[in-house]
Amino acid sequence: MNPPVLDSAPANQLQNETKLKYQIDYGKAWTIWPVFIWMILLFLLPMILVFAVSFFSRSSFGGIGFPLTLENYSRFFDPLYLKIIWISCVLAFYTTICCLVLGYPFAYIIARSPTQYRNILLLLIIVPFWTNSLIRTYAWIVLLRTEGVINTFLLQSGLIEQPLSLLYNESAVMIGLIYTMLPFMILPLYASIEKLDRSLLEASKDLGAKPWQTFWRVTLPLTTPGILAGSLLVFIPSLGLFFIPDLMGGSKTILIGNHIKNQFLTARDWPFGSASSIILMVLTLVFIAVYIKITKDKQGKDLV
Amino acid sequence: MRLSLANKLSFLYASLIYLFLYMPIAILILYSFNQSKLNAVWTGFTFDWYLKLMQNTEVLEAMKTSLVVALISTIAATMIGTLAAVGMYRYQFRGKTALDAMLYLPIVIPEIVMGISLLALFSQFEIPLGYLTLIAAHITFSIPFVVVVVRARMAGFDRSIEEAAMDLGATPWGTFIKVTVPIIAPGILASALLAFTLSIDDVIISFFVAGPSSSTLPLKIFSMVKFGVSPEINALSTLMLVVTLFLVIIAERIRMRKN
Repeated sequence: MNPPVLDSAPANQLQNETKLKYQIDYGKAWTIWPVFIWMILLFLLPMILVFAVSFFSRSSFGGIGFPLTLENYSRFFDPLYLKIIWISCVLAFYTTICCLVLGYPFAYIIARSPTQYRNILLLLIIVPFWTNSLIRTYAWIVLLRTEGVINTFLLQSGLIEQPLSLLYNESAVMIGLIYTMLPFMILPLYASIEKLDRSLLEASKDLGAKPWQTFWRVTLPLTTPGILAGSLLVFIPSLGLFFIPDLMGGSKTILIGNHIKNQFLTARDWPFGSASSIILMVLTLVFIAVYIKITKDKQGKDLV
Repeated sequence: MRLSLANKLSFLYASLIYLFLYMPIAILILYSFNQSKLNAVWTGFTFDWYLKLMQNTEVLEAMKTSLVVALISTIAATMIGTLAAVGMYRYQFRGKTALDAMLYLPIVIPEIVMGISLLALFSQFEIPLGYLTLIAAHITFSIPFVVVVVRARMAGFDRSIEEAAMDLGATPWGTFIKVTVPIIAPGILASALLAFTLSIDDVIISFFVAGPSSSTLPLKIFSMVKFGVSPEINALSTLMLVVTLFLVIIAERIRMRKN
C-alpha cells in the first residue's frame, strides 16, 4: 500500500522493471491527486467548516462570533424545533410508506412481465425521474391550484360548485414528494424482486402454502434488501427537498430542509443553521449505517 | 390469447402508475400551447408563449448561465472523474478508503447539506457568488457520478492490453490516451452526458451558490413559479424537458452499446 504521492525515483533505473514501476507511480499521482485535492477542498473542508460554525454564536450582524457554545444543538430540543423534526420525519415516513405500497406491486408486475418488455417498461419509469424535479412539482401545481386543470374539469362537468382547495396543504406536499420519489423506490424493489428465485415460490406452493402465505413468508423476506434500499432512497431526500413544501405547501408546512434554508438565507443564523444541517446529516448517516448493518451491503452499493 | 384476471389487474395497475407518472407532465406540455393565460380552460392552440420566451431577456440570460456552467463543469468533472476512476481501478494506495467515502457521501447525503456547506466555504473565504462558485459546486457534485459510471465501464477491462502497449514501448501517457481512453470512451461519454444533465437540472445546490446576477434556468423557473402559474413557465419547462430527455436517451444508447 503506497500513499498517493509521486514516489521518489528508484536509485537504479537501468532495470526495466524498476523503471516501469516508477512510471506507474507517476500515473498514480496524475490520476488520483486531482480528485483527492478537489474533494478535500470542496467537499471535506466545507463539511468541516459547517461542523465548526455550528459551535459558534450568531453575531449581531448575522455573522458568526464568539463565544463557542453548544447552544445551537440544545436549541433543537425546544418544542418548536422538535416539532419540525417530528413533522419532517412523519411526512417523509408517510411518503416512504406510500411509495412502498404503490411501488411494490408495480415492481413485481414489471419483474414478472415477459423479458422482451422489461427493459422498455423500466425505461418508462426512469424517464420521468430524469426530468427536473422542480418542473415535475410545477406540473402538479398546474393540476391542483384553484384555477387548475382538475378544478376546471370538475366545475365544468358540474360535479362541484365551488373549486376545491387542493393546493397548499400537507396532502399536496405528500403528493409532490411521492411523485418525485416513486422511481427511487421502484428501481431497487425491481432489482431485488427480479433476482428472486422462482423455484422457491413454486416449492412453497407445492408444500401447500396459500399465495398470501408464500408472499408473506418467502417473497417479502427475500426482497427485504430492496425494500430497505428503496425506503432509504426515498426517506433521506424527502427530508431535504425544500422547494416542494415551499411551492406546494404554502407557508404552513415547514420541513427540516426549509428550516435549514431559512436559517441560512432569511434569519441569517448560520450557527443554528449549521447545527441543524449536522443533525440532518447525522440522522442520514445513522439510517445508512442501520441499513448497511441489516442488509450486510458493505459498500452500500445498492444505494448508488 | 385471453388474459387471466390476474394479468388484467396487473395490466390495469401498471397503466395507472404510468398514468400517474406521465399525466402531469403531459398536461404541462399541453398547456404550453394554450391561448388562455389565466385559467385551465382550453381556448385554442398557440406558439405565442414560446415566442414570448425568446424575447424575455432574463430567461435568455439564465439559459446562457445554465449552458456555460453545465459545459465547463461537465468538461472538468469528466476529466477529474475519469482520471480518478482509472487510478482507483489500477492502483492500491493509502487513503483509498477515505477517497471512496468522499466520493460516496456526496451521492447519499441530502443535497441541501452540500449546498449550505459550499455556501459556508465561499463566504468564509470571501469568494463572491457567481459563475465561479456555481461551476465549482457543479463540478463537485458531478465528480462522484462520473467516477461511478466510468468505474462500471472499467469493470471488464483487460489490463494486459495496457501492459502490451507499454512493453511495445509506449509511454504511460501514450498508453492512457491511445489505449485506455478509446476502450472506456463509451463510459466517459455517458458520464459526461450524465454530468451535463445533473448540472442543467440542479436546483438545490445552485440555489445556495448562485449570485444575484447568475441565476440558472431552474432557479429562474423557481422564482417565476413563486409569482404564480403562467403558460410561459409551461413553455420553458417543456423546452427543458425536451433537452434533458434528448441528452438522457443519447447517454443510455451509448451506455447500452456493449464493447
